[in-house]
Amino acid sequence: MSLKDKLSELRQRGLADIKESSDLKDVNQVRVQLLGKKGPITEVLRGMRDLDAEERPKVGAFANEIRDDLANALAKRKEELEKAVLNAQLAKETIDVTLPGTPVAKGEPHVIQQIVDQIEDLFLGMGYQVLSGPEVEEDKYNFEMMNLPKNHPARDMQDTFYITKEILMRTQTSPMQARTLEKHDFSKGPLKMISPGVVYRRDTDDPTHSHQFHQVEGLVIDKHVTMADLKGTLQVLAHELFGDKFDVRLRPSYFPFTEPSVEADITCFNCGGKGCKVCKNTGWIEVLGAGMVHPNVLKMAGVDPDVYGGFAFGVGPDRFAMLKYGVDDIRNFYLNDVRFLTQFTKKG
Amino acid sequence: MKISYNWIKEYLDLNVKPADLAEKIERTSVEVDGVTTPSDGLKKIVVGHVLSLEAHPDSDHLHVCQVDVGEDEPLQIVCGAPNVAAGQNVIVALPGSRIADNVKIKKSKMRGVPSAGMICALQEIGFPEDVVPKDYVDGIYVLPEDATPGDAVYDYLGMNDSLIDLDVTPNRGDMLSLYGTLHDLAAIYDKPVKLDHPEVKEDGTAIADQLAVHVDDALSPQYRMRLVKNVKLAPSPMWLQIRLWNAGMRPINNVVDITNYIMLKYGQPLHAFDYDKFNGEDVYVRTAKAGEKLTTLDENDHDLDENDIVIADQKGPIALAGVMGGLDASIQDGTTTVAIESAVFEHDHIRKAAQRHNLHTDASQRFERGVNQAGVQEALDAAAQMMNELADGEVQKGSVVGSSNIPDSAVIDITLTHVNAILGTELTMDQVSHILESLGFEVAVNDDTLTVTVAVRRNDIHIPADLLEEIARIYGYDQLPATLPTGRMTMGTLTMKQRLMRATRHSLEGLGLNQAISYALTTEEKAKMFMMQDSETTNLAWPMSVDHAVLRMNVVSGLLDDIAYNSARKVKDVALYEQGRVFYREDGNDRPSEEEHIAGAITGTLMPEAWNQPAQPVDFFQMKGIVAAYLKDMVVNGDVTYEPNADMPEMHPGRTADVLVHGHRIGFLGQIHPLIAKQFKIGATYVFELNLQAIIDMPKQENQYDVISRYPAITRDIAMLVDDDVTNDQVVALIERRGGAFLQSVKLFDVYDGVKVPKGKKSLAYTLTYQDKHETLVDDAVTQAFDKVSKRLEDDLGAQIR
Repeated sequence: MSLKDKLSELRQRGLADIKESSDLKDVNQVRVQLLGKKGPITEVLRGMRDLDAEERPKVGAFANEIRDDLANALAKRKEELEKAVLNAQLAKETIDVTLPGTPVAKGEPHVIQQIVDQIEDLFLGMGYQVLSGPEVEEDKYNFEMMNLPKNHPARDMQDTFYITKEILMRTQTSPMQARTLEKHDFSKGPLKMISPGVVYRRDTDDPTHSHQFHQVEGLVIDKHVTMADLKGTLQVLAHELFGDKFDVRLRPSYFPFTEPSVEADITCFNCGGKGCKVCKNTGWIEVLGAGMVHPNVLKMAGVDPDVYGGFAFGVGPDRFAMLKYGVDDIRNFYLNDVRFLTQFTKKG
Repeated sequence: MKISYNWIKEYLDLNVKPADLAEKIERTSVEVDGVTTPSDGLKKIVVGHVLSLEAHPDSDHLHVCQVDVGEDEPLQIVCGAPNVAAGQNVIVALPGSRIADNVKIKKSKMRGVPSAGMICALQEIGFPEDVVPKDYVDGIYVLPEDATPGDAVYDYLGMNDSLIDLDVTPNRGDMLSLYGTLHDLAAIYDKPVKLDHPEVKEDGTAIADQLAVHVDDALSPQYRMRLVKNVKLAPSPMWLQIRLWNAGMRPINNVVDITNYIMLKYGQPLHAFDYDKFNGEDVYVRTAKAGEKLTTLDENDHDLDENDIVIADQKGPIALAGVMGGLDASIQDGTTTVAIESAVFEHDHIRKAAQRHNLHTDASQRFERGVNQAGVQEALDAAAQMMNELADGEVQKGSVVGSSNIPDSAVIDITLTHVNAILGTELTMDQVSHILESLGFEVAVNDDTLTVTVAVRRNDIHIPADLLEEIARIYGYDQLPATLPTGRMTMGTLTMKQRLMRATRHSLEGLGLNQAISYALTTEEKAKMFMMQDSETTNLAWPMSVDHAVLRMNVVSGLLDDIAYNSARKVKDVALYEQGRVFYREDGNDRPSEEEHIAGAITGTLMPEAWNQPAQPVDFFQMKGIVAAYLKDMVVNGDVTYEPNADMPEMHPGRTADVLVHGHRIGFLGQIHPLIAKQFKIGATYVFELNLQAIIDMPKQENQYDVISRYPAITRDIAMLVDDDVTNDQVVALIERRGGAFLQSVKLFDVYDGVKVPKGKKSLAYTLTYQDKHETLVDDAVTQAFDKVSKRLEDDLGAQIR
């Protein structure tokens, strides 16, 4: 048998052994057997001495080729077996991914806060300032400077918590109109503000009344502000809060501090305008009051109504939340049942 | 006010459905509460003629009636009404009919006798009890003699009319009448309206010889009376009764009904007195005198106030002016001579009188808002004419006029430029003047200016802005363009305070607390709990209930109310925070100052229990961790420290700490006192409250990059025994002070005071981390520093290093 034949046979036997090795230890043993110093290849190579000078390099190259083949086969087999071991390990580590995730503590903003923030962000983007005023107000700002002198019949529309004859819990965020108008320097630019906050009415709490609720006042005063601007602004507000599908309509109303005064309705959520129980078959739901600021309000705050004018509006986040989410009892907002508070998790 | 669609159509040629008319009114004039047609929902209700009746064999009050309902055979109907009689035309609900409240009527037997339907009272076919004529309240209704058996009853009773319920705002008193509404509709639909005017047939002698009125015209700017003699009291004709009950008023008799009818038509409240009950021939309009009393028509007694306006004769008050007449001089059976009053009373007096006596009547409602002062005499004449026509009365010659101050029409100049500038429209002069004229105003145009003479009935229009509203609403708000304000740019940014308030909320939500909004008005006791500074209470002068009577001076007590609410509903784990104001008042000031606070409360567990996470009840250190993390978020400049506070009565004396920033107390945290927990009926609860305003106002650390060392850190652990009263803060402070230049951090990793340590001692163990920013630390240097600090702990705190 020539050396070459020996080598070929060696290769065949070696590859078969490698293939048969069943674990890493086996593979190692085969490696030592085949490629070790006392292994058959080394032995074959030792026999090269007896070959012709011409044959020697050929056989040498062939021997090296076989050594490489075997080494490669060994490495490949080793990798296969390692992978199998790892896979077995991973299979053992398999868990039930449908078990619940570990709960974490996470708080939610109050639903009213979410609506207030949304309104604030909308108007900030349109260049409005956000201002907050005192909850305990003077009669002067809450009523008189809003064109509601003492004994004005419209005061009956708002039941008031008085502290003294002149001090009261504000019944509306409108006093911030007077407070802001008094201070604003129109030479520095127009006045564009919203004022969110808590207001109070002398009401017995029931599903539709709360002695404490929220309002957001809006006011724009400049030289050329129109009622069309009011309509457009309210439309933007309705679209932001409820969606583009919602339409706004204005209806005449009466507030002493605006003239003309309007109430704004939006398309009924429940029926999309077709008419249902919720909207009393009108297709519309009343959501806010607004109007062009009454000249008397401007005058009393020291602003010349012949030069400046604008619009004001007041929206009720509580009412918005009730409409938007179908909340049927306003008291839910102030009793803070966590099962209620954690329902409103959709952001934006 | 409920206004009749049919009545409107008598004057205005409209080709619109009632629902569309209502929507138009709502969009253009005043709110509409609803449109109803009384016959809606009713079925198979017809006129029946009672042919005969006999007593029910097994009942002492039922009758068995044979009723002609226009069919071949009469129906046998058992009826329990006391007033049923043969020969009457009655309302019959046939078998298979539907009456009020969707009740179905079937053939049945009543105590054994077959009954094919039901003879109805007005209430049973949907009439409100308070409009049913008194004679028929306790029995069936009797239809007119000429009603045809078998006909549907609806037209006989005016039930096919549509009634539009107007919710009139305080400024639009004119809409509380048919005529006022017609004026608005004429403008809305741009159609002419033809109103009728009375023609009085006078008789007898001059009223001036029979009656004199003495009027304080500050109280009553107009006061007019007419006298009608020989009236014959009787029920009003059906058409008039229908007008009244469809407007929600009960028909009484022809004279009283006429006054109410005129009020509905003209908006002018009238009052009819029985002239013969006057003491003397003089009538006075004055304020009441101290001690005077009056029994009003509703048979209630009133002690009169000196600010009440009264109508009086020589003896005393006979009516509470503009609110309700007196019983004594009222129209009653036997009245033959009627004095009709048509007047204007000062609205503020009326408003207060109505409030004072809790008598809010149709009359007071109209006087409060103001009546058409140009139509006072016309309404009086119209009433007199009707009393002549419907009650055979002789209208005495002339009227007595105690005062007759008819206000001048408001004359307002407005320019077309202004109209378009404010409304954002491009209306033409023709459009604007046409709108104003269609409202019945006179308009003179001069270049760009319109000079508008407003009709007196519109007492709400005084200034150009008022005209703008008229123009805008009649033109139609739907037609206004929708734009956004232009003009100089403005920045919309939150202030630092607003940003920090938002950051506060986000921080606490991230730490696991839900935002609560509680009531700021609470009980006096709760208002005064958990006080962070001295303050007087601020009390409502006239609260609705003791539960909401005093302004809070802490936020925590509201959160405890919230926890109690949850707890009562078996919600055991509650974590809440609230950002809100507290109200501190100094003695001598009426008005409190308002301070923003932030507070939190946790009961049960913060981390929800789960299959792989055991319940871990909230404790002091968890709450402290939340407060510390929040304050870290607020980057207040200065050390945050916690000092024990055993003096807050509502807090656990051993588990409460003041929170200090740079040595200033900004709030507290800890466990509420078990007795407070018991009082609120809640479990162990941990709370904090901080002065948010103070946090906002504090200087903040600037964000700055700090180089992260590339060199390895070396740690050393130290465990020591110290006396129980040595605090962690003391140990840490000493280590930090004496730890050497390379000490980076000190971290507590174990506290032990179990059986293995001597009594009165505890074991504390810390990891000290050393690091140099510029080179690798040498072990020796660390050992040296560590030994030094160990020695100081032994010397200064008596620690035994273990």
